[in-house]
Amino acid sequence: MHELSVCQALIAQLEELAHREMAQRVERVLVGVGPLSGVEPQLLQRAYPLAAAGTLAQDSELAIEDRPVRVHCPQCGEDSDASASRLLCAHCGNWRTSLLSGDELILIQVEFIREKDYV
Amino acid sequence: MCDTCGCNVTHGNQHLIAAGGKLQKTGQGNEAVSVLKSLLSENDHAAAHNRQHFDSHGVLALNLMSSPGSGKTALLEATIDALGNRYRIAVVEGDLETENDAERIRRRGVQAVQITTGTACHLDAHMVHTALHQLNLDDIDILFIENVGNLVCPASFDLGQHRNITLLSVTEGDDKPSKYPVMFRAADLVALTKVDLLPVLDDFDPDRASGNLRALANAAPVLEMSARQPETLRAWLQWLDDEVQHHHTHCENGETLRPRIQPDGAHLHGLA
Repeated sequence: MHELSVCQALIAQLEELAHREMAQRVERVLVGVGPLSGVEPQLLQRAYPLAAAGTLAQDSELAIEDRPVRVHCPQCGEDSDASASRLLCAHCGNWRTSLLSGDELILIQVEFIREKDYV
Repeated sequence: MCDTCGCNVTHGNQHLIAAGGKLQKTGQGNEAVSVLKSLLSENDHAAAHNRQHFDSHGVLALNLMSSPGSGKTALLEATIDALGNRYRIAVVEGDLETENDAERIRRRGVQAVQITTGTACHLDAHMVHTALHQLNLDDIDILFIENVGNLVCPASFDLGQHRNITLLSVTEGDDKPSKYPVMFRAADLVALTKVDLLPVLDDFDPDRASGNLRALANAAPVLEMSARQPETLRAWLQWLDDEVQHHHTHCENGETLRPRIQPDGAHLHGLA
């Protein structure tokens, strides 16, 4: 259950960003999570309100964009979909592929509320 | 490249912030700020800092990961017995509770710092940094970081190590690489441990374990060994020798040695 640690790191980043943007509250957060990041989106979703409680991200919405597992094959030059436990080229079966996406654990975008928005 | 205007948004995410994109502006006119930064960037930053420390003192740092009971401490004891005269070794031990593992290492005459994580299921770069304050890095050639026994969480946190070593004991299943792809994809070396038990086990096939590792696009060496049979450690000790040399060469050229797989944030953010 390292998802709580991940959420706490996320909240720390949100507070830093909000400070820089001179925003008072976080409204919505979009993160990208791939299966090979080792983080479970559902657990992240459940841990988020716990980490956000008492911060300026309290009551904000966490949106998670699932990132697909995609590999590139240097042998046949093709890109293909893969699963987390089988990163083989779907075209020629080569196992020496490189990962195009699927290991992301990124903060993509944050929506803030500034004081003036209330006025 | 900045973090605020969206100029660092990768192709796959452009649609999110393009004019009229679902997150560009909200109905209430709230400001949407594009970030594209690793969620663990603070940890990644601390890890890069640790790595600089290791490099400036010529210390090779190796992260040992596995499930509980696969023989990490036993392998370290046998390694110290074999290499203790040639290299100055130190160990950082990660466990939820007790100093037991650190005490086992100290009995071999090697300095060991125990990190007790309480309920945390992994080490992070900050914990390792704190532990480093108790070590004189000038007196160390190889630092082993024995992570918390867990095949899930430790894989997501960069500690500043140069190489990841994942142990798989033959009393576990040979399908472990398929079940825990994040962990095994990150391995620079897989140690199949307790192979002295293979004759009494009919359900573990080392070739199948290797095959499952290759299916993760990982070409890392898979070495069979038993801490109870020192003669089986030859390839492992040779690998350590090679990595010490490799690290020295990198340091002399002003380069940093890194694990094969970097956490996402490292390459996103230029810390790699």
